[in-house]
Amino acid sequence: MIRVANLYKSFHSQIVLNGVNIEFATGKITTIVGTSGCGKTVLLKHLNALLLPDKGEVFVDSVDITKLGQKDLYRIRSKFGVLFQGAALLDSMTVFDNVAFPLREKTRASESAINKKVPERLEQVGLGAMGHKFPAELSGGMKKRAGLARALIMDPEIVLFDEPTTGLDPVLATSIHQLIVRTQADFGFTGIVVSHTIPQVFDISDYVAMLANGVVEEVTPPEIFRASQNPVVQQFIQGKTEGPIQVL
Amino acid sequence: MVSLLGRIGRVALDQIAGMGRLLLFLVAAVFQAFRPPAKIHLIIYHIKTIGVDSLSVVVLSGFFTGMVMGFQGYYSLRKFNAESWLGSATALGLLRELGPVLSAFMVTGRTGSAMAAELGTMRATEQIDALYSMAINPIKYLVSPRIIASLIAMPLLTAIFNVIGIFGAYVVGVGILGVSSGSFFSGMENSVVFHDVYSGVVKSVCFGLIITWICCYKGFNAPPMATGVSQATTESVVLSFVLILVWDYFLTSIML
Repeated sequence: MIRVANLYKSFHSQIVLNGVNIEFATGKITTIVGTSGCGKTVLLKHLNALLLPDKGEVFVDSVDITKLGQKDLYRIRSKFGVLFQGAALLDSMTVFDNVAFPLREKTRASESAINKKVPERLEQVGLGAMGHKFPAELSGGMKKRAGLARALIMDPEIVLFDEPTTGLDPVLATSIHQLIVRTQADFGFTGIVVSHTIPQVFDISDYVAMLANGVVEEVTPPEIFRASQNPVVQQFIQGKTEGPIQVL
Repeated sequence: MVSLLGRIGRVALDQIAGMGRLLLFLVAAVFQAFRPPAKIHLIIYHIKTIGVDSLSVVVLSGFFTGMVMGFQGYYSLRKFNAESWLGSATALGLLRELGPVLSAFMVTGRTGSAMAAELGTMRATEQIDALYSMAINPIKYLVSPRIIASLIAMPLLTAIFNVIGIFGAYVVGVGILGVSSGSFFSGMENSVVFHDVYSGVVKSVCFGLIITWICCYKGFNAPPMATGVSQATTESVVLSFVLILVWDYFLTSIML
């Protein structure tokens, strides 16, 4: 279970997170929505301590990870898989080696075990025949799939998705959404998705959290979220420029 | 006046903090280099990128440096009727000074800048964050192997630079200017002692450390944008050049 309590983060004089409180349900998909630049990715990067807060706590299985030393932090990070916005595949390696990378670096798995597990994961994300290609040879959607295969290779308890469909056409975006739902059903991980593609994300989410003006305004199931009377939520859903959300 | 002093103080504190970060980065890289498991395959790969891939530029620059030394040395020594000392002068100049410094400059331009650009791009495209998120220490994976590789490759490159440089001077001195081949080599044999070779090796090891330390630090901490990468690359080359020359002065004064 992940719980964020009173999280504050500023970059120089710009306040990004201004007292965020949120709890992510175990084994469910929670999508954090909000306008571009509202701090969704910053919040996501606090969940596995890629960023540290100015103030506040992040609890992963009741452990405040903001206070951990490097060794314990690496142990906690092993629970996570992350799909980055640009997939963040290592340029110098093939897709196969990228997916195999955490196994080779973090486990004592034999090459024969790796040669069995990696193709399985690649097959699950629809990249069965792409293992020999380098990231530069892949399309945007393929990179995201390869990134997802890498994120899932260590069977993580929690998977973070940073804007998984940004830059993709609607068809590819839908396929990635379906992939997230399918893999979550297969592996049972806690999924935390950062996105601003509504209403599509409502179809994949168990909960939707609205981040605006540095705080989480609301965390509810999608159907309640749609009908919310919160003016911030309604402004975001309807895409209006006038309202409580400050448009930069 | 107070605000001016405040600004100067802030700049000074920023500089001191920056130097502290630079030093801590090196400490972390050295610490990780000694922590198992050793990344032998990465060290070998980086010996290739630092050493083998820089070989052509080092050979070329060494040959022309040696030829220029042949001409200039001959011109100077002739004024004292000491042309026969050309081999000695060239060898000492190359082994003690020009070999380590110029090959370090070549490696900085050829490999150091590429290191900074590669790590800067990895920062900008979240590849370094990806390593952190996979619970892999990016300093151990990206920086320590490069530092170890440079400590091995730089003395070898410098040795090759020296040999080719001496050959260049031989071609000019003996082949073009008519210095006797015997006096060229006997002068060298009489004047070059182990300490001359040793001081050049020490310098080349130190310069190798400086190049990878500075270039990796600048790339690793590059602002995550295109201009950030280019700025990091430029700064890494300039700072490496300056530190090589400053450190060269101190080493020369200690090991003279």
